[in-house]
Amino acid sequence: MRIPAAILTLLAGMALVLTGLWVGQNINLLPEDASLNAPVYDELFKVLFSIGTILLIGIAGLIVYSLVRFRRVNGDHGDGVAIEGNLPLEILWTAIPAIVVLFVGIYSYDIYERMGGMAPLNDHSMHAMHGDAAEGRTWAGISPVAQGADASEPTLPVEVTAMQFAFIFHYPEADITSGELHVPVGQPVALTMKANDVIHAFWVPQFRLKQDIIPGQPTLLSFTATKAGRYPIVCAELCGPYHGGMRSTVIVDEPQTFADWVAQNSPAPAPAAPTAIQS
Amino acid sequence: MTLTLSPASPPPASLQPQGWLRYLSFSTDHKVIGLQYLVCGFLFYLVGGALAGAIRTELLTPISDFLPRETYNEVLTLHGTVMIFLWIVPVVNGAFGNYLIPFYVGARDMAFPRLNAVAFWLIPPAGLLLISSYFIASAAQSGWTAYPPLSLTTPATGQIIWILSVLLLGGSSIFGGINFIATILKLRRPGLKLMQLPMYCWAMLGTSILVVLSTPVLAGTLVLLSFDIIAHTGFFNPSLGGNAVVYQHLFWFYSHPAVYIMVLPAFGLVSEILPVHARKPLFGYTTMVYSIMGIVFLGLIVWAHHMFTSGTPPWMRLFFTIATSFIAVPTGIKFFNWLATLWGGKIALNSAMLFSCGFIFNFVFGGITGVALAQVPFDIHVHDTYFVVGHFHYIVYGGTVFVIFASIYHWYPKVTGRLLNEPLGQLHFLLTFIGFNLCFAPQHWMGLNGMPRRVAEYDPQFELINQVSSVGALLMAISTLPFLINVVLSAYRGAPAGDNPWNALTPEWLTTSPPPVENWHGEPPLVEEPYGYGVEPGELSLAATSGREIWAVGDPDRKP
Amino acid sequence: MTSLSSSPDQRREALEPQVGEHQGAEHHGDYRMFGLATFLVADGMTFAGFFAAYLTFRAVNPLPSGATYELELLLPTINTVILLVSSFTFHRAGAALRQNDVTRCQRWLLITAALGFSFLAGQMKEYFSLPFGLTDNLFASTFYAITGFHGLHVTLGGLMILIVWWQSRRGGRVSNGDHFPLEAAELYWHFVDGIWVVLYGILYLL
Repeated sequence: MRIPAAILTLLAGMALVLTGLWVGQNINLLPEDASLNAPVYDELFKVLFSIGTILLIGIAGLIVYSLVRFRRVNGDHGDGVAIEGNLPLEILWTAIPAIVVLFVGIYSYDIYERMGGMAPLNDHSMHAMHGDAAEGRTWAGISPVAQGADASEPTLPVEVTAMQFAFIFHYPEADITSGELHVPVGQPVALTMKANDVIHAFWVPQFRLKQDIIPGQPTLLSFTATKAGRYPIVCAELCGPYHGGMRSTVIVDEPQTFADWVAQNSPAPAPAAPTAIQS
Repeated sequence: MTLTLSPASPPPASLQPQGWLRYLSFSTDHKVIGLQYLVCGFLFYLVGGALAGAIRTELLTPISDFLPRETYNEVLTLHGTVMIFLWIVPVVNGAFGNYLIPFYVGARDMAFPRLNAVAFWLIPPAGLLLISSYFIASAAQSGWTAYPPLSLTTPATGQIIWILSVLLLGGSSIFGGINFIATILKLRRPGLKLMQLPMYCWAMLGTSILVVLSTPVLAGTLVLLSFDIIAHTGFFNPSLGGNAVVYQHLFWFYSHPAVYIMVLPAFGLVSEILPVHARKPLFGYTTMVYSIMGIVFLGLIVWAHHMFTSGTPPWMRLFFTIATSFIAVPTGIKFFNWLATLWGGKIALNSAMLFSCGFIFNFVFGGITGVALAQVPFDIHVHDTYFVVGHFHYIVYGGTVFVIFASIYHWYPKVTGRLLNEPLGQLHFLLTFIGFNLCFAPQHWMGLNGMPRRVAEYDPQFELINQVSSVGALLMAISTLPFLINVVLSAYRGAPAGDNPWNALTPEWLTTSPPPVENWHGEPPLVEEPYGYGVEPGELSLAATSGREIWAVGDPDRKP
Repeated sequence: MTSLSSSPDQRREALEPQVGEHQGAEHHGDYRMFGLATFLVADGMTFAGFFAAYLTFRAVNPLPSGATYELELLLPTINTVILLVSSFTFHRAGAALRQNDVTRCQRWLLITAALGFSFLAGQMKEYFSLPFGLTDNLFASTFYAITGFHGLHVTLGGLMILIVWWQSRRGGRVSNGDHFPLEAAELYWHFVDGIWVVLYGILYLL
């Protein structure tokens, strides 16, 4: 007696799911995570990766199995079995993907909220944190900090100007202008971004954050870095011939190192203003 | 008495071109037009492929050292535009649609044959115009998406030529869509019901609805963009009070359905190919039809998933995530139905079947990354990176182009009367499948780890993996050779195919190969069961199926 | 259709120019109107894109100070009435043709054309009396783009009416019984009229 096909299928299915889960949890395709919301993103990635692996291996397996098991033998001019449909089966494979897709959608909504993506634009907390006046509408923004933002946590405001083909960072409080973004570990940073000419995008892969900077639309992006280090800032919207070269660096420092940097780079205090021009 | 008959006067010299010259003429024969679309499209495929070769050559090294930077941007713009508007859309719609639809509805030709010819003849000039822009001034360099303000600041001549060319190509597509809708809905032979049509007709009906509803919006948008460039209006120019995101909404309102315009006909073609070579009916005809309609409807309301980082409000991003995710359901149904069509069949492992199975694998891969991309938080990280490039090439190349090849292997015997060489076809499949996956699978990793798209220079950590991808691209280029050799040689030396080498049931197989001008000698056949393969349950020891008449297609002695 | 003694080439040649027209009214009814209607759906979608852009601009992009959405209403309202009446007169032309009164049909056609061209004249007058030009601000640009695109359609429609009038002269295609040119031009004209009503509501009244 042979093992019933149903049991073999069940075992194959279980092996498939376990493989998918293992792959999702253990095969790391992402760069290191260096911001508060990055691990949240990675959770979602692992779930999607598991589901995807299960589906791909399952379907590839079915194709290969069919091509082997049901291949036409030479000289056989007969037909296969005339099955035109199977309503219960079709309902099953409509319902299961629908449920999976719904689950993925709701789960990703939860992830998005935890990443701060659902922060309403034009919200007072966004403006307050970013320091700029309520001039005009707020156009964009991921604000992980707005979600559950601690009023006592000071945020570091930075003004970002994107132009062909560089990012310029200006620290309004310390009046520093720099080509690189220095931030302290663990402190929320609020970027107010604008573009001078064409659409650019601010992307730090290690933060899992990206935001288009569109001319005419002030754009807000907030994050909290969690690991000291140097990470690339990549322009992620075609902006002209030097688009590939439009990069910068975000340097995440320990708080003391950051404070030193601010102190060293702040402009010298202005000399006492002359009261009159002496001729 | 003798009766002298005056000799019949010689026939008037023909004003119609004969033989192969028909294919260079303004013919209204749908079969001629279909082949014109196919060959013209394939030539543009080679152009687009050469452009891709230039891109992959540049990307062998992390610095911009192969092409001047502006030229590289022109190359990537032309690559996308040529592949979409001059290869895939014309071929899966215009080539196969025009050739097959009249056969499937039992008609002698399309509803509007002259409109059909006009639609085709818009394509070569539009394509030549587009490509010549590279040599005239400079070609457009803002990507096939032409986002303002970049498209307003790059050299104007190239961008305007690009706009003109796309407007012509869009017009061609709309004329074709009108023709397909009218033919499918109005030209069915008496007795042929809608739910008896081969699935490709439903796919083309759905596609044509998308064409008619969405392409005009692109046309209007490009007209406004051209006003911005020429007349210095400020529709999309923020410095003149305009709104760059409105362009994106309008552009993607067409360009998302455009991907279904590229893929739905391929779905239809696969539904024709699999039953024939698996000798089984298409599984789930009715749900296949509803799935197509579901994809058409959903395809119109998901466009802003291309704009998740553009500053749209959170509720809008959420809506588009959910709607986009739901397209996976009708699409998944189709894939399960195809797998069920294979299951229990008698599968011939020929080139048409291999490319179809390759399609299933590749498209499922692309669909998985698609569902991932639909989720806003996931997309934030990978938007505008090589992850997206990998995703859509799995769909359009791994999906649609694989089906185009499968279809050529399937219908070449009908069109030419000769069979293609099978070993060469299998070599073609192997090289294409390996080369394609080698080229595009690594690109997902590149995107996840920090490589943006549309760049000539990149972080050196990606150098080796880019070289692997370029080797894959080279393999893809090489794979074209066995295919071209096969197609050309078999036209002269291929084994004669006969009327119906595959013992198939749809109407195009029930006539000569190649078919006569009027498609059939005599009345068009009424095929009420285009997928009536399979044997009665009594002849096989399997679970019960629906009782049905045997169509003894398997009997080698019986003529179809 | 083909004689027994003709050669394959002759037969093919005899058939080729006719293959397109062979399947026709006897089996399927005249589907040319259906094709036209589908085309008008596509054309309508172009306008839909423009209207969507206009409404979005209004909702999201503020006008520079001093600019306004207010428009002078008298002339456009008169134009609306003119267009609506012209649809009615075109309908009369069609009714006359169906009663085989070609002369009356021609008269109504000319009246319709006259109304159409006076609409265009009114539009020109409005353009010259407006305080803003094409590039003055976003509202101005969109206004001229949309009304201009519509005006283009009216012009084409007017030309079509004149062509149908020409074809309905004695010995012409329309007077000989092919009503399609008139029916097609009429449907197109009603479409253009309908678009104007929407345009009037969105651009002028809103």
